[in-house]
Amino acid sequence: MNSEQLAWLIRRHGIEMTHISHGSHIGAILSVADIVAVLYNDVANISPLNLKDENRDRIILSKGHAGAAIYAALAEKGFFNREELKTHYADGSRLSGHVSHKGVPGVEFSTGSLGHGACVAAGMALNAKLDNKPYYTYAIVGDGECDEGSIWEMALFANQFKLNQLIVVVDHNKMQSLDFCENTLSLSPFADKWKAFGWNVLDVDGHNHNELRNAFTKAKQSVDKPTVIIANTVKGKGVSFMEYDILWHYRFPHDGEEYDGALKELHEVMPIGITDPYEEDEK
Amino acid sequence: MRDTFVRTLLEIAKKDKNVYIVTGDLGFGVLKPFWTELPNQIINAGIAEQNMTSIAAGLAMQGKIVYTYSIGNFPTLRCIEQIRNDCAYHNANVKVVCVGGGFVYGSLGMSHHATEDIAIMRALPDVTVLAPGDLVEAEKATEAIYEKQGTCYLRLGRGGEKRIHDKLDGFTIGKAIKIQQGERVAIFSTGAIFDEVNEACEELKEQGIVPTVYTFPTVKPIDKDVILQCAGAHDCILTVEEHNLSGGFGSAVAEVLAENGGMAKLVRVALDDRYSCIVGSQKYLRKQYGIDAKAIAKKVKENW
Repeated sequence: MNSEQLAWLIRRHGIEMTHISHGSHIGAILSVADIVAVLYNDVANISPLNLKDENRDRIILSKGHAGAAIYAALAEKGFFNREELKTHYADGSRLSGHVSHKGVPGVEFSTGSLGHGACVAAGMALNAKLDNKPYYTYAIVGDGECDEGSIWEMALFANQFKLNQLIVVVDHNKMQSLDFCENTLSLSPFADKWKAFGWNVLDVDGHNHNELRNAFTKAKQSVDKPTVIIANTVKGKGVSFMEYDILWHYRFPHDGEEYDGALKELHEVMPIGITDPYEEDEK
Repeated sequence: MRDTFVRTLLEIAKKDKNVYIVTGDLGFGVLKPFWTELPNQIINAGIAEQNMTSIAAGLAMQGKIVYTYSIGNFPTLRCIEQIRNDCAYHNANVKVVCVGGGFVYGSLGMSHHATEDIAIMRALPDVTVLAPGDLVEAEKATEAIYEKQGTCYLRLGRGGEKRIHDKLDGFTIGKAIKIQQGERVAIFSTGAIFDEVNEACEELKEQGIVPTVYTFPTVKPIDKDVILQCAGAHDCILTVEEHNLSGGFGSAVAEVLAENGGMAKLVRVALDDRYSCIVGSQKYLRKQYGIDAKAIAKKVKENW
């Protein structure tokens, strides 16, 4: 599987999971899909076979509300059966809306309240530094999440302790729960803020897999600075009527036009070499 | 008490390189022995308690045993959600250490009075809550939480506490410690206010009044056996804590009594559900808020 295929499958699962569950956050799931796909497919040293290896890389989804994207990636990478994705949000399911590690192989840490995961990731990166371990810790953070003061506590800390094995990726989709970030608590100049905090800052197109891969390669060359990859994304990416529309932070794709329209658009750009897992079901 | 804690932890950490202190920029002088001897096992996270607690969780998830250290409400209330989600939910081996439970920082004002911490910490599942009563209990509690896997809360006094126990064998988390066997009234106390209980008992003794006395260095899990034994054999159980009335140690005892019956009536000596706004020393504030030795002795006599 290549990362484009994985990203498509994450989007496909995201639409299905929120459709079935009437779940929220499809906009964020679609915006983060490429970041998650590149990380799990090409960058992080993590697989169902090395979960207990202390030198495996760690991935923490700090913006836990996009949990469906992580569950989808893990299922596609063989951490658990993809059939289980349909239980997202359901009574008795292991797959809560916000990502949880309890009983779910491959989930490094449970999140949901914003501004936690990135700080825990810094702790894990500090551990690597203290013990001279080679692993990297990746934290996927939302731009809205950067309203949280704890993110900036962490930014100070990671710089002070030279956590070069910490790589924060901001899914910079420019929107948060109620409005655009710019109209809420403006983050700009966003890159400059991180630079001022002493970070190695990389600014990329968060939907361009080559740019993402190159950024991760560059991040790993950082000798004494933590890296933030500002991945410029579009909330709702891949489904035109969801893009840039705050409605899709919470709304789920309803039966009819919304669900069918989303699938139609996804199918138009389906990479070769994969099939739609839900069409397989029907056969 | 804080010096006892640091000295005890230093001995543990010398033998176990996985033991770390993460301080929220507090412990001037106090942490110095640790810093001098084990500079690689102590981290100053700055005045940033939320991140401090998450950092501790991140380290603990990789196998370290991490003591977060600060004063008053800073290591608890300021970062309660980090303790809940990042530490306790993940069963992370983080030991939250508060110096200054109750009115220790009396003159510094209400912000520095830790008077709801026991209630709030004990409300969290998978958090063990300890409040040692004297220096000996503080030493034993420090050792016990090191051995105990998972998230723990250690509420300490500051300095100037006494050694009340001569020695203490078989300290166990969840077990109360008998100080004296008396009759009619059983006094239960948690934390450094044990000192006031002790003083009250000396005064009462002169008047021929000898209550039963237990200290409860562990508030969660609470020692149900001792509570129920005493409830059956006394007319009154008097709980004493340097903490608010709502949800604290007295409430924990009340829960056990309410669910299990027992003959004894319950009387709670605690801060009566208000914020402390009087300026003064710990001793002065205990008196002002009716939780000092005199107040304790008075309650015993009322129920004798």
